[in-house]
Order: sequence, then C-alpha cells, then structure tokens
Amino acid sequence: MERPIRVLVAKPGLDGHDRGAKVIARALRDAGMEVIYTGLRQTPEQIVAAAVQEDVEVVAVSILSGAHATLLPRIKSLLKEEGADDMLFVAGGVIPDEDIVFLKENGVAAVFTPGTPTTEAVSFIKENVKK
Amino acid sequence: MADNVKVWQDRRKIAQMITTVENALPGHEEILQDIYKKTGQAYIIGITGPPGAGKSSLTDALSRVYIDMGKRVGVIAIDPTSPFSGGSILGDRIRMNELSTHPQMFIRSMGTRGQLGGLSAATHSAVMVLDACGADILFIETVGVGQSEVEIVKLADTVLMVMVPGLGDDIQTMKAGIMEIGDVFAINKSDLPGADRTKIELEAMLSFLPPKEWRPPVRMVSATEKEGLKELVEAIDEHRTFQEKNKRLEERRKRNVQEALLAILRDKMVARVTSDDRYKRLLEEMVKKEIDPYEAARQLMQK
Ligand SMILES: Nc1nc2c(ncn2[C@@H]2O[C@H](COP(=O)(O)OP(=O)(O)OP(=O)(O)O)[C@@H](O)[C@H]2O)c(=O)[nH]1
Ligand SMILES: [Mg+2]
Repeated sequence: MERPIRVLVAKPGLDGHDRGAKVIARALRDAGMEVIYTGLRQTPEQIVAAAVQEDVEVVAVSILSGAHATLLPRIKSLLKEEGADDMLFVAGGVIPDEDIVFLKENGVAAVFTPGTPTTEAVSFIKENVKK
Repeated sequence: MADNVKVWQDRRKIAQMITTVENALPGHEEILQDIYKKTGQAYIIGITGPPGAGKSSLTDALSRVYIDMGKRVGVIAIDPTSPFSGGSILGDRIRMNELSTHPQMFIRSMGTRGQLGGLSAATHSAVMVLDACGADILFIETVGVGQSEVEIVKLADTVLMVMVPGLGDDIQTMKAGIMEIGDVFAINKSDLPGADRTKIELEAMLSFLPPKEWRPPVRMVSATEKEGLKELVEAIDEHRTFQEKNKRLEERRKRNVQEALLAILRDKMVARVTSDDRYKRLLEEMVKKEIDPYEAARQLMQK
C-alpha cells in the first residue's frame, strides 16, 4: 500500500474558531492524506515542534487574525532552524493580495484565500510535495 | 547517558527513524538491528478506553507528572484511518499542545491504515525507536474498541483502562476480552456527577473476572482538573513493582518479543512464498479444484 502524504494542520494566532482549518483537514483526509490536526491557538514554536516530531511532508496553517505577516515568516524561519524547510509550507485564510506576494517571497509556497475550492489545495499539495 | 541525552534531543532524526520503520522503508531493518540492543529501558504504558473518555488529556496530565520527576516521556497516539479514503485525521495532539515544545517530551501520531496485523508491528517498531533514543516512560494511546487495539496494548508493560462516569450498562456489555487486559483502571472526568457509582459498578464487575494475583485497582481522576493524578501514577508504579518482583515483567516482555519475532517471520515467509513462481500456478490449480490449499501450502513451503 502506498504511504499517505502526512500533513500538519494548525491554526496559529489568538482568534477563536477553527472552522477553516477543519474544512481543509477534512478535505485532505478525504483525498487520502494523513492529517495531524493540532487545533487552535498554536504558537509558531509549537507548530514547528509538532511538524518535526510528526515528520510531516506538509505544514498547512489556517490564519484569520491578520497577524500573518509576522507569524508565517516566523514559522518558516523556525523550520529552517530545525533543518526542516524541505517541508512544503502552505497557508489559507483572509489575506490581502499585496501580502500574498510578500509571503511567497518569505517561504510560503501557496496561499489559499476564502472561496478557493479545497480541491485546489489538494492538487497543489499532491503536485508539490517532496517525497 | 550523556550520549543518550544528545540522541533524545535530535528530534528530527528520531522522527525520521520512526517514519522509516513505521513504513518499512528501505533501511528500516538496519535501524532496528542497530537500536535493538539499546531497547528495554523504557517502561511502556498502554492507555485505552472508549472514544472521548479523555485518554489524550490524561496522557498529557500524566506526562507532566513524569516530566516533573525528571523523566523523558514518549507518546505514540493512534487514531483510526478511514476505510473509505485511506486518509485520517489524527487529533490526539490537540490535548497535548503545550508539551509539544518540552525538551523531555516527544509525541508522535499514527494512523491505523488498515494494515492487517501490520499496525502492531509498526507500533512496536516506533516504540523501539523512542525507547532506544532515551525515553524513560512511553505511552501508547489507542481507542479501545476492537481486537487490533487489544493487540497493540499487549505491547505495554502496564495497561491503563480509562473509563468515565455514566458508562453504566456499557461497562457490563464491554467486550469481555477488553476489560480483562486492564491492569489499572482510571475513572476519568470524576469532576462530573456519577463517578462514585461508576467506581462501585466497575469494582463489582472486576470482581467477576477470573481471580488473578494482581487485582486491578480503580482510581478516580480528572485530567482537566488535575485531580487524582499522583494517586494514579502510584497505582501504575505499584503494578510495575509487583511485576518486577515476581518476574512477571520478564515474562510479559518475553511474550512480546515472541510476538515480534513471529510477526517478522510471518511477513518474510508470506513475502517469499507469494513472490515464488509456483504461487500463481498453485492458485489457479486451487480454483480448478485440482489441488487443495493444504497441499498447495506444503508445496510452497518446500525450498
Ligand atoms: N469534565 C472533564 N472533561 C474532560 C476530562 N478529561 C478530558 N475531558 C474532555 O473530554 C473530551 C475528550 O477528551 P480527549 O482527551 O480528546 O479524549 P480521548 O479519549 O483521547 O478521545 P479520542 O482519542 O477521540 O477517543 C475533551 O473535550 C476533553 O476536554 C476531565 O477530567 N473532566
Ligand atoms: Mg485521544
């Protein structure tokens, strides 16, 4: 049997609900992936520690708080510190277009904004994951 | 020892070793051969019980007690894989997030992936890696619903069965085989009403089990309110001491080692036999009733 792609789904920041993260977690599961779901209010340190211990191929964060400009590059640099920046790093949430460019320059491979069908995230991950 | 600390701190390396052995990727045999002699140091605690009983919360709470005692703690948390998509959502970490970054802690999630029999082999391999890399205490969390879970908790030195108030009839109807593997019982969520009654019912039920030298103690705890944890750890320690004193631990581990060897043998023999040219031909002959399965097996076992 083929080994499933392992994805960490996390929700950094202080805002209170994780609907978006759960939607993407279910979509990835239904696409046959093994999703490690860590829930709400994760610090970048917790996310990276979990990604390393779980040895995932993909780190997917859902973010609504507007703190994306600091949190996402922070996660990326922690992944680098751990020698884990070969993990595919993607984000989803309400992120203005001009910031997307900045995030992509800072190590986020793809940004999925609300309204993007989950199938798009699924196929992006399948095509870009390093196995 | 100092060497061990260094190994334990190399999170990425440990994690990658687990991936390799869990999936039987190239190199897994070398890893297991390399570490085997260093295993046997960790004390393994299986945590099982019905869905939502608070197994992960309790694993988190107990881990903190052991961490405070200066122990290094490993956790392997197993959740079911969907039989439809082959995917899964492994959510046990939600209850352990704060400990994620703790240097004495290592948490790993695993999906059951529907590998027949393969799960306990995969779990055992992951356990060996964490053991050899310096864990003092190892938790294995599984939902206690079926036979495969029973197999996995058999890897443990102590099986902690987690119950909750109000299970009532459920306790009585729980599959006998599952109740019998509990060495220590915890009634979690004892902050909720009905815990006392559940304790009485559970103790009554346990008294109907065939008498053993070890009588499983029942402890009331609350993982979220952090109550009764020290008493629960003491009960686990008592079970450990009991087993160490009368060689039970040795016997138990001997049985586990035997299981592991048999699993490897089974895998290797099946692989050898099914890759044999005669295999397909004999299957055809069986379909046509030209040969019976015992005769086919006998021929395949011949070199
Ligand atoms: N009141 C109360 N709630 C608790 C306690 N322990 C856990 N819970 C709650 O019970 C729910 C399930 O807890 P988990 O730790 O995820 O339970 P689990 O047995 O690991 O669940 P699965 O792995 O899904 O089978 C959560 O909402 C916890 O907050 C407790 O001691 N008291
Ligand atoms: Mg759990």
